Amino acid sequence: MLRDITIGQHFPGDSIVHNCDPRLKLVATIGYVVVLYACGNAVGVALSILLLLALYAIAKVPVKLILKSLKPIVPIIAFTGIINLLFYPGETPLVSFWIFNIYPEGITFAVLMAVRILALIAGTSLLTYTTSPTVLTDAIENLLRPLSKIHVPVHEFAIIMTIALRFIPTLVDETEKIMNAQKARGAQLDTGKLGQRLKALVPILIPLFISAFRRADELAMAMECRCYRGGAGRTQLKVLKFGKNDFLCLGFCVVTFGIILATRWVFPVIG
Amino acid sequence: MSDIIRVEHLSYVYNPGMPDETKALDDVSFAIQEGDFVGVIGSTGSGKSTLISHFNGLNRPTSGKIFVDGRDMWAQGEDLRSFRFLVGLVFQYPEYQLFEETCAKDIAFGPKNMGLDDAEITRRVKEAAEFTGLDAALLERSPFELSGGQKRRVAIAGVMAMEPRILVLDEPAAGLDPEGRDTILSQIKAYHEKTGVTVVLVSHSMEDIAKYANRVLVMHHAKVAMYDTVENVFARAPELLELGLSVPQVTQIFLKLRQKGLDIPIDVYTVPYAVKVIRRLWQEKQRKGGGSNAS
Repeated sequence: MLRDITIGQHFPGDSIVHNCDPRLKLVATIGYVVVLYACGNAVGVALSILLLLALYAIAKVPVKLILKSLKPIVPIIAFTGIINLLFYPGETPLVSFWIFNIYPEGITFAVLMAVRILALIAGTSLLTYTTSPTVLTDAIENLLRPLSKIHVPVHEFAIIMTIALRFIPTLVDETEKIMNAQKARGAQLDTGKLGQRLKALVPILIPLFISAFRRADELAMAMECRCYRGGAGRTQLKVLKFGKNDFLCLGFCVVTFGIILATRWVFPVIG
Repeated sequence: MSDIIRVEHLSYVYNPGMPDETKALDDVSFAIQEGDFVGVIGSTGSGKSTLISHFNGLNRPTSGKIFVDGRDMWAQGEDLRSFRFLVGLVFQYPEYQLFEETCAKDIAFGPKNMGLDDAEITRRVKEAAEFTGLDAALLERSPFELSGGQKRRVAIAGVMAMEPRILVLDEPAAGLDPEGRDTILSQIKAYHEKTGVTVVLVSHSMEDIAKYANRVLVMHHAKVAMYDTVENVFARAPELLELGLSVPQVTQIFLKLRQKGLDIPIDVYTVPYAVKVIRRLWQEKQRKGGGSNAS
């Protein structure tokens, strides 16, 4: 069950999506989300989903992974869907009961919204699937570098993020190990009342915290041993370069996003 | 004697359908008899740890069956927890699972989960502490103040206190100094002899296996490569070396001597036995050649 966590899960590969400059991928992902919401019509959303599916196919990420990343947000989608359905205003109600009126406009809007959220999650997942966390933080640091001029500790934020991301799988592993060890001693973790379940977490949380602090200590020591002094004057082993392929990708993004956005003025805008 | 654990065509796949899908166990079958001391060896990633975590239902087999004490573990209506009390599992670096305020309370965690009364719990804690050589004074201290070796012993005592029928230990001596190793392993051996509990010991050290186990299970690439008595397994020393495993140092020396043409048995795996063999050889030579040379 812990293994279902897909945040920051990297799916290594050797496609054009994988090898594209991470800065471009990051900006393009943000752009994609903006376009997804700005186009405001069914055709545009359909096109953006098509684009996303094509990119997934190019990156050779299995469909199973997309479904896995979408699974946890199903309750959120259901919730927003129902809210939209019940409260979206329209002209002639389709069904009326108690204080609620359901309009045809509400149905279309609810469906559109649900599809958008799915595409949003799938789109951002594509970024994390095809980009390793360290490369991604590199990209963020690079993009935010201008802020260091006004004394924002960009490098420090980046290193904190890198370490945090780096330790997610380690801590998940550790948690699983400790859970197994306590289960082997007869601990009951998934049955009983809420109070009992909370109490059952103590034998897991205490060893987990102790090991997290121990790891932090060891890591700090190891970094100091290798003369880590923070950001000033630090060079990088892998310098990000914006190559020819990246310009092609950039062009591709501008064109496709432009087309999707242009549908706004061709087809009727919903909501 | 009856089979306490029987494994039939057990296979286990990690992350099925994912790009990093790996077969950790591939059609594994064997049986462990009650009262045995089984050593499990195999190189890193050969499936040892995955195998033993199946013994008390922490992993669900992808296919195949496991019988503990004659009961099918994954049959409908079986209570998994009852298997966990039957098979005590000590993980690698078990000291990281300690969490209570005092060692005594930590050792009592397992028995408490079994729903035993206080008197019984106290008795078991005391007994387990004795088996692992923990002072009564230590029991009232916080486990986090102890040394690594002491913590390890507290963790092992925590499983022993559940009085399982089978005690499974995954490298209980890893990361300890030579003295700590010997202490812990001989305590486990003494426990085995005194209680008659079946012990399964995973180890990388051939010396330890040779010294303590009476049967050896060799894992290689997710399969069982050999499963036999210690003598028979170490008699196949060349094969073991081919699997990338070592054999006890004495066995290595004797293997070399055999290659030199000396007529000596192949299954020498402990130092006392080696001494006996050499003495016999020496006496034969004395009788035959009047001590002209001593190779």
